[in-house]
Amino acid sequence: MRFKSMLKASALALAFAVPVTLAGMAEAKTFRFANDGDLGSMDPYYRNETFSLTVLNNVYEGLFRRKPDLTIEASLAESWSQPNPTTWRFNLRKGVKFHDGTPFTADDVVFSINRAATSPSNMVGYFASFKEVKKVDDYTVDYITKFPDPLIPDNLAYIFMMSKSWAEKHNAQKSTDLTKPTEENYATRNTNGTGPFILKSREPNSRTTFSRNANWWDKTAKTNVTEVNFSVVSNAATRTAALLSGEVDMVYTVPPQDVERISRNPGTKILQTAETRVVYLGFDQSRDELLESSVKGKNPFKDARVREAFYRAIDIEAIKSRVMRGQSAPTALMVAPGVRGYSKTLDVRPKHDVALAKKLLADAGYPNGFEVGLDCPNDRYVNDEAICQAVTAMLARAGVKVNLNAQTRTKYFAKILGPGYTTSFFMLGWAPATVDSHNVFLNLIQTRSAEKKTGTFNVGGYSNPKFDELADKIAQETDDAKRSAMIAEATRIYVDDFAYIPLHAQALIWAVRDNIEIAQYADNEMPWRHIVVK
Amino acid sequence: MIAFILRRLAQAVLVMLTVAFIAFAMFNFVGDPINNMVGQDTSLQDREALRQSLGLNDPLVLRFGRFVANAAQGEFGVSFRLAEPVSRLILNALPATMELAIVAALLAVIFGVMLGVYTGLYPNRWLSRFFLTISLIGVSLPTFLIGILLILVFAVLLGLLPSFGRGEVVRIGWWSTGFLTWSGIKALILPSITLGLFQMTLIMRLVRSEMLEVMRTDYIKFARARGLTNRAINFGHALKNTLVPVITITGLQLGAIIAFAIITETVFQWPGMGLLFIQSVQFADIPVMAAYLILVAVIFVVINLIVDLLYFAVDPRLRIDGGRSGH
Repeated sequence: MRFKSMLKASALALAFAVPVTLAGMAEAKTFRFANDGDLGSMDPYYRNETFSLTVLNNVYEGLFRRKPDLTIEASLAESWSQPNPTTWRFNLRKGVKFHDGTPFTADDVVFSINRAATSPSNMVGYFASFKEVKKVDDYTVDYITKFPDPLIPDNLAYIFMMSKSWAEKHNAQKSTDLTKPTEENYATRNTNGTGPFILKSREPNSRTTFSRNANWWDKTAKTNVTEVNFSVVSNAATRTAALLSGEVDMVYTVPPQDVERISRNPGTKILQTAETRVVYLGFDQSRDELLESSVKGKNPFKDARVREAFYRAIDIEAIKSRVMRGQSAPTALMVAPGVRGYSKTLDVRPKHDVALAKKLLADAGYPNGFEVGLDCPNDRYVNDEAICQAVTAMLARAGVKVNLNAQTRTKYFAKILGPGYTTSFFMLGWAPATVDSHNVFLNLIQTRSAEKKTGTFNVGGYSNPKFDELADKIAQETDDAKRSAMIAEATRIYVDDFAYIPLHAQALIWAVRDNIEIAQYADNEMPWRHIVVK
Repeated sequence: MIAFILRRLAQAVLVMLTVAFIAFAMFNFVGDPINNMVGQDTSLQDREALRQSLGLNDPLVLRFGRFVANAAQGEFGVSFRLAEPVSRLILNALPATMELAIVAALLAVIFGVMLGVYTGLYPNRWLSRFFLTISLIGVSLPTFLIGILLILVFAVLLGLLPSFGRGEVVRIGWWSTGFLTWSGIKALILPSITLGLFQMTLIMRLVRSEMLEVMRTDYIKFARARGLTNRAINFGHALKNTLVPVITITGLQLGAIIAFAIITETVFQWPGMGLLFIQSVQFADIPVMAAYLILVAVIFVVINLIVDLLYFAVDPRLRIDGGRSGH
């Protein structure tokens, strides 16, 4: 009898034990991915750059996060309200713990926001309207702005919460300061977030590994990944080879020339969506004489007919099919679909018409065209130099001789950006960090002004007082319908002025193995909480 | 002898200062690192403030002086790109490069000498002709192409060997080694062949021509007349006399292997100093570039010094005239 019951008991134990171990084994899934560059640092305020931030966002979390359609949803702030136009009240999620076990409270929020908003943090750009942040109680925080700012949740989505006690213990209260070269910040190599993954090991330039945080608050996430290995593989051909040979499951930056190869290969596939980054051409419209042109004594780009002529001379469909191999979405706007304020009805390009372009140039007083320099990067955007070569050839047909100067980005940006803005005709790309049209208006289209901090990247110096006035109003308008109407009106202004020649939203391309299920964000975010390894 | 070494060391310091100065003069042309360091929305004022605080606006001579003063105290600054001390980045990358270089050099010497002896002794056999043809490929094909071809065949098509990285490494103090794990050894195979192939064909052709030369000399004929075995003649007498130039070349090439592993390391994502350097160039990460170039200068100076000292040991004539001529 005794023996029998023992047998029963052990059989029972076995019956329970087996499924448990099986389930445990089935759950051990590793996701391995490669990118051409490394994270800047593990400090979440060290560099405001998409790749670093989207990787760190799996370790650290913000008060808000984005859904795959880029709309904002609750993260560490469970809910939020606006008691008055300049105050935002965040109600924090309770029961959240940092990886070291300390609970997440209002003190951490106040500490993190202040750390991110003060130099040498690289995130100060998100705090233009920031006045102060106050703790109300342990799970309530008030965020006070200098003026009504409708975009606070968008601005804070990339501001990750750090633990106050951890930072103080390790003397990492301030963000990494490059000007003090002897002090290495503890947060450069170590992390303590609340996110779904925990940093396990890091070898800069080579490999960084993460393991799953079993105590993560969000139990609805569908990921089954338990380990993530990130490898830096800078050589394009090697990166593709690593994917084809199955050494990595996903490639974040896919070499354009390998897209076809990867999609033909059994076992791997290409994921593609239109990125929020718009690539465009701009003109120097501020100087009285162009720096690099055969026209002396006046600036032809001040004449809207010349800008229109350039616009019409460019055959965007040819660029799409020949240069971009179909991987682009031509646009007439400076914002891409998916960005708040994008309007399908306004997104109509003036027809490509070389004869009309020639006529417009003749009307403007340049029947024989003229000569102008074009500045272009050769390692920043997809096929950037090839696009500029195509533009050069297309403008030649309208009689304009373009002298192309394509160079590496470190040289290129130093030349065209302020304070010098030493260019006459240039190519640039922009993805609004807040996924809102106003970011583009503020940085690229409003008149350059150091004191108002507007038009910082308005390299061509386009200026229209009517537009400026509207953009200033949009910044403070909290009523959604009114705001959208004003954005549409402002959009019409810069489109009708031919302020820029928008070219296309480049396609965002990822490559994965067939057994990977992943959500592709149009702003190139890659939250691992959506990844399923089959 | 001591005077010779001291004189050499003084020259070495001068070489390093020159390298550092030329490097700094070149840094004016690599572009502006600031725009790589900051986010898209960073204001111009903030960019300018960062540029100012990093001293990038100072004149070349001042920056150079500051660098030399700091470097003399072993302080190379912090990487712009990775926010880590440069000395630690280079120390972390050094073992990877050294292990790769040593394995590549061993492969080059062992196979180079073996094939060289064979093709020298039997110049007319079809196998010799085959080896010579193969060696032409090693000499003429660029390294990156060989690397990519090896990856295509052994990683993508056959799936036998990894296409990138170092595999698992074991830490012994600050040194990390890939020799102690199976995946580390597997990861070494393709990069070391790629890196060593050119040197191997060089040594092979050198040994071959020396062998052909030596086999015609009188003392070999005399050795045959004495009735020595082929083995004793070929290896005891002929090969020994071909090795003097081989040692010289190998020593000098070792420096080249370490310094110019850049391409191999880039193709295989080998986390060594060359890869660190290339990534730093793309970013205009000046502190890392400066430290790397100095280190390469040191390596070359040290190797040349050792080679010179070896000449002292080998060639008695140098000892008599006081070492006026150091090769």
